[in-house]
Amino acid sequence: MKTLNTLLSRPWIWSWLAALATFALTVIVTGGASTFGLAQATLTFAAFSVLVGLGQMLVITLGPGNVDLSVPATITLSGTLALKFMDTEPSLILPGLLIALGIGLLVGIGNYGLIKLLRIPPIIATLSMSFLIQSLAIWSNRGLRIKPPDALATFSTGSIAGIPNMAILALVVSLVVWWLLDRSICGRWISAIGQSPFAARMAGIPVDGTRFFTYVICAVLAALCGYLLASFSGGAALNMGAEYLLMSIAVVVIGGSAVAGGNSNVPGIWGASLFMFLVVSMLNTYGFGAGLRLVLTGLIIIVVIIAASRKTADR
Amino acid sequence: MSSPVAAVGGASVTFGAVRALSGVDLAIVSGEAVGLVGHNGAGKSTLVNVINGGLTPHAGSVAYDGAEKGLSGVAAARAGGVRCVFQELSLCPNLTIAENARLMHAGLAGFGWRSRARNLVEAKLSEIFPGNRIDCAATVSALSIAERQMVEIALNFLDVSGPPQLVILDEPTSSLDSTLAGQLLAHVRAYVSGGGSVLLISHILSEILSTSSRIVVMKDGGVVANRPAGDFTVKSLVEAMGSVVRDKAASGERAGRDQAPLVIDLPAVRGGFGFRAHKGEVVGLAGLGGHGQTDMLLSLFRARSGNWLPHGPGDIAFVAGDRALNGTFPLWSILRNLSIGNLSALSSRYAVDREREAATGTAWKEKISIRTPDMHLPILSLSGGNQQKVLFARALSTAADIVLMDDPMRGVDIGTKQDVYGIIRAEAEAGRTFIWYSTEMDEICLCDRVYVFRDGAIVAELTGDEIDEHHVLAASFSGAAA
Repeated sequence: MKTLNTLLSRPWIWSWLAALATFALTVIVTGGASTFGLAQATLTFAAFSVLVGLGQMLVITLGPGNVDLSVPATITLSGTLALKFMDTEPSLILPGLLIALGIGLLVGIGNYGLIKLLRIPPIIATLSMSFLIQSLAIWSNRGLRIKPPDALATFSTGSIAGIPNMAILALVVSLVVWWLLDRSICGRWISAIGQSPFAARMAGIPVDGTRFFTYVICAVLAALCGYLLASFSGGAALNMGAEYLLMSIAVVVIGGSAVAGGNSNVPGIWGASLFMFLVVSMLNTYGFGAGLRLVLTGLIIIVVIIAASRKTADR
Repeated sequence: MSSPVAAVGGASVTFGAVRALSGVDLAIVSGEAVGLVGHNGAGKSTLVNVINGGLTPHAGSVAYDGAEKGLSGVAAARAGGVRCVFQELSLCPNLTIAENARLMHAGLAGFGWRSRARNLVEAKLSEIFPGNRIDCAATVSALSIAERQMVEIALNFLDVSGPPQLVILDEPTSSLDSTLAGQLLAHVRAYVSGGGSVLLISHILSEILSTSSRIVVMKDGGVVANRPAGDFTVKSLVEAMGSVVRDKAASGERAGRDQAPLVIDLPAVRGGFGFRAHKGEVVGLAGLGGHGQTDMLLSLFRARSGNWLPHGPGDIAFVAGDRALNGTFPLWSILRNLSIGNLSALSSRYAVDREREAATGTAWKEKISIRTPDMHLPILSLSGGNQQKVLFARALSTAADIVLMDDPMRGVDIGTKQDVYGIIRAEAEAGRTFIWYSTEMDEICLCDRVYVFRDGAIVAELTGDEIDEHHVLAASFSGAAA
């Protein structure tokens, strides 16, 4: 009973319960026919949401007003430029990855540069940055759809022992971010800044350095996601990042991290990412029309958030 | 004898496992000033919250004279004329003083309420604090912490729809300097002799003794003494609270400090004095509240700590006085609030070593007696004074050579103060430098060297025997009249 109570007091448990319930409801309707396929697809698509969600979570932890809206544009630009550079050449897979990560690094530096030097609120700074990046992507893409190198395409769509490679990769990144947030000094700093930047400064925390680092991490993770997503879907498209703007924020909120900052968790990002994909596939399975699907998705998300926040208020 | 303005009978309050109040009886009649003293966590603030209606006791009753039947909680207390000046200031920082007055007094309605409110507050402010320079059209965020406290006090004494019957003052002088505190206490005495009643909470026992007609002593959630003020002396009051007055730390022979190497040397600004601090010195920043002492501490800290890259351990640490502003991390446990200042020493390979962290926490819990069953409880579960102890532990547990203190003893009980004074003295002997802004003269007198501030500049440097109340006050006011 006590273990159950401790478990129920975890802010991320609700996203997991919701994900499991949705999975069960979908499987009941299909009669278990495509359980394995559904699980694989869920893990694969959730992996992309996890990658961007983790970065966004770190940024949101920095406190009120901190959010990175340049995530979708970064995804598009890194996917586009990396694939263009590799030009289906297998020997360039690794340099291509470095190019993608480098783009993330530059975007992160640019974001924090705007925030700090021009004293623009993060929401405006990252939004204007995202227009710059998106234009760059449009200019360099020019409607060409270049395929990824075969080896990379095979890797990104493949799986080991039934578990998609993308999910394994996202899990490894999640473990690193979990360590960073939960165990490292830097994680304490991020959380402290989210609660009170002034108190953090006076406790000797390098506030600007930590915030800069966090924005860079977020952009690099978005760039990594773009590289993998473009490889997975057989080429970069200009709208490939679009759905990840709200997705990256939604998984943070549904995962039980505090929107006001200071308090976040990694397991919730997974629960919420799985849930977000499962809801859509459940409603698809039930054969609802597009309009009804959106309405129901919204309602279900609201219910999960209410359940998660009620529990924290009780404590 | 009239019926009591407010009466609490057998009130008990528990917070989880903590018994904050156990069967307390207290009746306050009009025309008396009741002093309430006790240690941090003795239950004073809880009792105040029961009387002002903010907390409903789990057992027992609260009754007000003149309150209509059927009202309960804050509404009943307000109707009974109970007003409360909170320890944690309760003004809305984004509103003007007049707008804050409107929030507290619903009677300030109708056409032209702003100017009426402003006039009322202005009149009350100059009645309580003659000669104050507060602009009543200003927003509260533009005021210093002392000015906010003054405004909050004035708002509670306002007579809008019926005069206040009972004004509760919870540590009202903790952020006021001695002149303002004196003005407030004089006003309290005048108000009481005019038939009002006051419940005064303070850790400064001389204030309690000189102002109250009756003193109530609390300990561990209960009332342990309730007698006329004349029966008490400072010594017997402290004994009733359950701690023993220790002799002042020998502040005599500390010769040779001047020969120690300088750790801070700043040039004079605006024709005042320069600022110097030697290794192992306790330097006091004195003067009236809000005259640049805190700004000095902040700029010293900023100049010596990195905002981009972490500094190595052993440079500078800061003890906040305004906890909610730049001290505590409200979402965190006591332990995390304590360890944040010293994480690099508690870590191996960039990861926090949780066992070492917990061990440090336990050690400091013992060392300055933080009153909590578990260091993993949230910081906000502690009383104000105990939160302050955590901030002390945060700074003192580091290896910092220089410790800055921003009037950190507000709301700390006398026993703990003595302990902290002892620690400061011992650490200074070991070579640490303390720079200590304080609004309490006793603390200024513990320092080796004192700088007196006025209007953002240093106007006097006092050392040795010159450090006393007379010199500090003289320097604080010199030239101000001209």
